[in-house]
Order: sequence, then C-alpha cells, then structure tokens
Amino acid sequence: MWDYCGHSLDTARLRGATYADVRVMHQRQRDLTTKSGEVGTLGQSESIGLGIRVVVNGAWGFASTDQLTREGVAACAAQAVSIAKASALAKKEDVRLAAEPSYVDSWQGPCQKDPFEIPLESQIDLLLKADAAMRQIKGVTLTETDMQFRKIDSWFASSAGSKIHQRRYHSGCGIVATSFKDDAIQKRSYPNSFGGQHILGGYELIEAMDLLKHAPQMAEESVALHSAAQCPEKKSTLILGGSQLGLQIHESVGHPIELDRVLGQEANFAGTSFLTLDKLNNLRYASQIVNVVADARPAHGPGLGTFAYDDEGVPAQCIDVIKDGEFRGYLSSRETAHLIGLQRSGGTMRTESWNRLPMIRMTNISLLPGTWTPENLIADTDDGILMDTNRSWSIDDRRHQFQFSTEIAWEIKAGKKARMLKNPSYSGITTEFWNSCDAICNADHWVLWGTPNCGKGQPMQTMGTGHGAAPARFRNVKIGTAFSNQ
Amino acid sequence: MTPAKKNRSTSARRATPEISLRPERELRAITERVLRIAKSSGIPETEVHVDEVIDALTRFANNSIHQHVAEHGLTVSLRVVIDGRTARVTTNRIEEDALRAALESAASLAASQPKDPGLLPLPGKQTYRPVKRFIDATAALSAESRARAVKNTCNLAENKGQIAAGIFSSGQSQSVLANSRGLFAAYRQTQAEFSVTMQQGSATSWAKANAADFRTFDSLALAKTASEKAVRAENPAELAPGKYTVILEPAAVLDLVGFLFYDFSATAIQDQRSCFSGRLGKPLLGKNITITDDVHHPDQLGAPFDGEGIPRQSVILVDDGVPRNLVYSRRSAKKSGTRPTGHGFALPNEYGEAPMNLVIGGGNSSIEEMIVGTDRGLLVTRLWYIRELDPYEKVMTGMTRDGLFLVEKGKVSRSVRNFRFNQSILQMLQNVEALGPSRRATAEESFEMVVPPMKIGNFHFSEVTKF
Repeated sequence: MWDYCGHSLDTARLRGATYADVRVMHQRQRDLTTKSGEVGTLGQSESIGLGIRVVVNGAWGFASTDQLTREGVAACAAQAVSIAKASALAKKEDVRLAAEPSYVDSWQGPCQKDPFEIPLESQIDLLLKADAAMRQIKGVTLTETDMQFRKIDSWFASSAGSKIHQRRYHSGCGIVATSFKDDAIQKRSYPNSFGGQHILGGYELIEAMDLLKHAPQMAEESVALHSAAQCPEKKSTLILGGSQLGLQIHESVGHPIELDRVLGQEANFAGTSFLTLDKLNNLRYASQIVNVVADARPAHGPGLGTFAYDDEGVPAQCIDVIKDGEFRGYLSSRETAHLIGLQRSGGTMRTESWNRLPMIRMTNISLLPGTWTPENLIADTDDGILMDTNRSWSIDDRRHQFQFSTEIAWEIKAGKKARMLKNPSYSGITTEFWNSCDAICNADHWVLWGTPNCGKGQPMQTMGTGHGAAPARFRNVKIGTAFSNQ
Repeated sequence: MTPAKKNRSTSARRATPEISLRPERELRAITERVLRIAKSSGIPETEVHVDEVIDALTRFANNSIHQHVAEHGLTVSLRVVIDGRTARVTTNRIEEDALRAALESAASLAASQPKDPGLLPLPGKQTYRPVKRFIDATAALSAESRARAVKNTCNLAENKGQIAAGIFSSGQSQSVLANSRGLFAAYRQTQAEFSVTMQQGSATSWAKANAADFRTFDSLALAKTASEKAVRAENPAELAPGKYTVILEPAAVLDLVGFLFYDFSATAIQDQRSCFSGRLGKPLLGKNITITDDVHHPDQLGAPFDGEGIPRQSVILVDDGVPRNLVYSRRSAKKSGTRPTGHGFALPNEYGEAPMNLVIGGGNSSIEEMIVGTDRGLLVTRLWYIRELDPYEKVMTGMTRDGLFLVEKGKVSRSVRNFRFNQSILQMLQNVEALGPSRRATAEESFEMVVPPMKIGNFHFSEVTKF
C-alpha cells in the first residue's frame, strides 16, 4: 500500500502540488439482522481504494479511485491536481495549514475477539434466540435484532513525510420489540435504539451486552406502554438515562463546536452554529458542574471516536470543550486552527472511506462523571420524570432549539420511581438546558455510548462518534410538548 | 446553470473528461464471469449486480470553493441461493480470484443459517420499458465548468453584500443485474445538482435543483432567487406558536410527505408498522390527494427495475384520498397472494420494498395565487431535521429553515422567526386547501419526487427558536 501512497504523492508533487496527503483504506463489514424469527439481512462487503487531497495554487483538490495500480493512482493524483486548479478559480485566500510534525507509526485499536473469526452460526443463533425470547411475550407484534462488525485498515502518507497505518474494529448490536395495538405503535430497544450500542472493539461487546437476558424485559415494556399514562405537558425536573444524554451531548454540544460549521462551511447543508467565535472563553454554556471534553485518545475508552491519529495525520488529543460550565474549545483542523489562535490542529479530521474527503468530525464528546449514584439522584428528587432510550431527535440548524422524545419514562414522586409514562418528550434551548443541570452520576455509571450514524458533508459521510455519559438531572425543563395538541 | 450561452463559452475550455463509464459490455462480462465461476463451483443459483459510479462535487462557502472532490468506483454485489438459503457479498475487487473468493464467502454465509421456507427461486428473463436518462452534456461537465458557475454565484453574493454557500455536483452511473436464470437488466443515468444558501446578515434563504440534464436549471437564477429571499428574510419578527395556515413550497412538501414512502410497503403492512395498517380502502386523506409511484414519469430518475430485476410498474397508491394499493416485492406478493409490482430491494433484507418514484397529483394554484388568497398564514421555504414522533398517526417534528414569511391580507408582509412543528402528515393531507402544479422537487430529508406546492390549514407549530 505504501507504494501506491508514494507514487500518488510523487505524481501530485510533479504536477505542482505544494502539499498532498493520501489515504488507502480497506474496509470489511458484516451485517446480520433478524426479524420476527427469520434472518433478515445476511451480508458481507469489502471496499478498498485510494483518495488523495492536494493543494495547488493555494486551493484544494481531492480525487479517489479503486484502481490500485501505478497507472490508476497516478491518474487519480493528476485528477486531484486538475480539480485543485479549478478550485483556484474561486478562492479567497490560499490554504494555510497549521504546522505538524511528521510521524511514522503503526497502531491497532483494542479488539479482544475478532468478530470475523467468530463462527457465523453462533452469531445468527444468538440473534434468533433473542428474537424468540421477545416473541414469547403476548402483544409483541414485531421483533428485530442486529449485529454489525467493521474492520478498517488505513494507510496515511503525506508529502511532509508521515506514514501511519491504523487498524480498527467496530462492533455493534441491539434488539427491538414493537407492539401495535389499537391506534398506537410502541417499541423498546436495548441497549440503545437505532442499532444498539457500538464500540471500538470486537465480539467482546456482544458478549457483554447479554441480549438474551434483556429481551423479555424489552418485550414486556413495549406491551406495557400501551396501558401507561400519557406523559404530561408541563415544566418539570428531568432525569435522563445515559444513552439519551449521550445523544443530547451529540446534538447540542458536539455539533455546535465543529469549527467548520461555525465558519459557515456547512451553511448550505448541516447548518451553522450559535457558537460564533466571540463566544470562545466568553460563554457560560452550562452549570458549573458540567465538564465536557473532546477526547480521541485510547485512554478515554473504546469509543467510535477513538483513534491514534486523525485522517490528516494529527495525533489524537483531549480538548476541554466545557470547563466548569464555561465554553473553552472547538473541534478544529490544520486549516482552521489559526482562526481561533491555535498553533496546532485539535486532531478531529476524519473520513468515512477512501472516496471521501476528511472533514471536522466529533471524536468522543463526553460529559465527565459527577458524584451521584442513580439511587441517590432519584431519592433526592421530589417530583420529576426519568426518561430513557431515544425515540426521536431534532434541533434547529444553528443548534439552539431542540426536541427529543424517548421510548419510555417513569414518574418520580417523593424520591421514588413511580408509574410508567408513554410518549415522553422534552424540549428547550441548548444553553438554558445545560445551565439547568444540577446533578451528574459518578464514574461507576458512566458509559461511552457509540453513535454509528452521524451524517454530515456533501457528498454525505456517515461517521461513528462516541459520547461518554452518566445519568444526570435537569431542572425546570419543558416536558410533553411533542405530543400535545394533535 | 445558465444556459446555452454559458455552455458554449465553457466548452472551448473544457478539458476532455479523463474518466467515463465503462461500456456496458464490460459490466456484462463481469456478470458472466461471476456466473461462470458460480456454475463451475456447483452453486445452484446466483444473482450479480455490478454498479459503477463517477461523481464530482464542487462545494463553496464564504464566497469561495473550499471543497472540490471526485470519485470513481465499481462494485460487484453477488447473491447465492443454495438449498433454501441466501446471502450477499459485495466487493470492489474484480479480479478472478477476488470474485471466486466472494462467491465462496457468500456460499459459506448462506450455509450458516437455517433454511428459509419463504425464499423464492431467482426470477427468469424479464422485459423492460426503456428509459433515457443519460445526458452526454452532464457526463462531460468538468471541474472547471462547475467552478466557473460557482464563481458567478459568489460574484453575485459579493455584489449584493451577501455570503454564498452551496454545491454544484455532476455525475454518471450505471447498473447491470444478471442472474443464472437468464435475467439481464441494464441502466445508466446522469445527475446534476445545484444548491445555494445566501446569507444576508443573520438571515438566510435557499434554492436547489436536481436533474439528469444540468441544462434544465439555471444556477445563477437559483442564486438570484435565494439572494432576493434572503433580503426579505432579514429582521424576523417573533410570532406565538399555534396553528397556522401554511403555504409549503415544493421542497417543504417533499421533505414531509417523503416520510410516507415506506408506509406503502406491503412488508410494512405485514409487519404492522405502517400508518396504513387497517386503513386501506378507507377515506383517510383529503379528496384532492392522489399519490402514484411512476418510474416512467418524465421528471423522475432511477432504474425501471427493482433489486431482483422485476420491472417497476406504475401503481396508484392513494386515489382521491383513499389509500388503495401497496407496492410488492416477489416475497411480499406471494405472501399476500398477488403479483409483485417491481419495488423490491436487493435481497436479503428485512424491509421488503418501497415506492421510490412518488408523484403527488397537483392543481392549478400558483404559489402567488395561494398568497393572494390567504388572509393570514405563513410561507415556508424549506423544512429541516424532520423526525417521526408517532409512527401510526405519522406525527412528525422538525424546524422551518432559510426563509419563513408572514402572509397578511394576500401579501407577504415580513419574515418571522423559525418555528418547530409537531404535525401529523395524515391530518395535514386532510387539510390541503389548494395545490399547485406538480414538479420534480429536491431538498435534503427525502429523495427527489414530483410534488406540488400546497396551501394547508391548521398546521401545528409548537415552539419558536431564536432566529
């Protein structure tokens, strides 16, 4: 692979590139699903190719190819140079990259059990058993399970001399029970909705999730929701379960801090951000107990945003995003770092595949743990609502106003978890919401949740991101608006 | 992009495109190679898809190009059927050894699961009504041509004191599908898209077009539309949430109604997750709502066959407000005792099928006429971040974006701050007061469809945001 990298870089240089970097990526994927007792999807795929990014005449060009021959990669590099020259027709300033040393390194992410080496029969058998366990419960009308595994090898080289090989495994799994009755569809998912839990790691995740054990509970709750009381519309104390809080972080902290959004580069599609540059070190984003980091380092945990180097060859870092409630940092790249006075990129440039351009993406955007236990948090709450497992999410294109609904909720009365509520939802304004946080559970209850489906960019790229979170409490939150007045 | 004049002026400078799609015979040869290896390996039934894509996209923001990309790829996706079991393997390596390995993997995957009593043998040879959706001029569009069109848009923005962001993309693709029972289908198309957001101070507006032939839209005209609306969008007033009469431009209609597409799937009905479960044949929507799926509509794109190679049929889904018909894959059709409509996804999958070429019947009211006939309402440019709250009542949430305007006494009076909506699509389609002419619409939440602008009563906005 290094030969292809080197030859494409040489070609780019010869044709006038002042900087170039290249990624060869080989991705293997396995997808398994079941539905109502039958195997649904059963497939494997692999994709290998090369993408090269060049600066010519002060402007960017990118081209990609699956023709992994010397002729193929040279033609691809030449095309990237040609595209960069066209870009220069409508440029304002020359591309300026923050300095970064070159690295020669090889790294492999954690993987105790290679999922591609586990017999497929046992993987299907586990899913079918979990599927059957959910169908045992009367009133369940649809059952679904899934597993997904990815093995990603990437070879990065730059005209500055870097040569970095990384190997990562991503694994994920989940189950869903759905119940249709009268005029309503209710569902429950474990360990999370929309595909379950995903990590940087191997089959050890599947074993740890113990899908079979949780299947009956999910099925029972999906049926029980039909007879649960409707979540009221009011202002209330809200406790969020960890997975829902992970998505809240994703949408109302992770996206607003992407510097490309802040600078208007996503204005036509993903939107911009309320976190304009004047807000850096000048905004009380959250209450004083809230600390959020962007941490891609392996030491943070096996998240979907964990790596050793980003896709422009910058080592993984930990950045303070919110420190003691104050806004402290953006996600940056080599091109954008100088705009916020940084000497160096924050190392957040990531690409979905060999045929996509690296762009600023979330890494692991995590809320650091607090001091509470879930039991103490409930005992300390006189009147509130506990919501768990996302059902829908939506936020405006500057990331101010959001509305989430969850699959299930429970009333909290006089310090105790009381009756189940259906169709729960809450809404608010980002900074008002985070400033209302008054309790966060401790590290024993902190989970690094994986969001495998974050879409951004044109052409669209899907990226996995990590979000560490423990259950937390918020005061005076608007509850129940989503299902009112229909 | 404008027109003929611009095309002539750029053609002299246009470099001959370095890359073009392979001749169809080369893709056919790949399918024949796979089928030959499969046969010699003793695999009873094999299906092969070969897809080739060449895409390029010029992206601009802050009145300059900041991303500019091109890709070229070919994938071979094969499915085997062995003893009542099936599995799929996809690769982008086409050497004989790689194809052989892919077939062996598929056979191994298939063998590792229980027998599927509902699995059907592969279909035989089919006949297709041809479509012509490959436009040489779009295929030949160069990076420089797109960059010059973008530069014109950026110049317009600068002259108006505005900031432009958007994309201009062009591409070509082809697919062939063959199986061991003699079925062979082939399709190729081009596609171009221009999308622009114009920012005036803190106000924004937007316009977008998408077509097989880039000459059918005028990029500079789209930019001018967005520019003029951005001026009108400045200084928005804050209105109270509540129920309003709305005039939805086609992009807003598309992004909401597009969420219905999977509900027309027979498999979704069988799984009891469609909003039409128990409601087929009953009046559900307004009598002025008719929805068909028609891949042959002149404003549609896409192959005239489905994932198994079955010809796509035109299906009337909703007739005068009554949901009448569904679309069927071969499997769901057999389960329902009917014939497939040619809307199945490539197997194996758990979703079955869906209509991908929706056409919503229109009317005669222009947007201007709808405005004139409105005493108090809101004109909506586009919607954003739409998600499903209630799958059976089809209640959706989302935001307005890039231009929300108050209509008073038959005129657009001023811009207003963006709202969040929580609205049932079914209820909304009971409250359609006027329809404009249907046309190919493009936005960001749904794939392209042919839809009209709509004037709708009692649209529910629940909260307001800060801009």
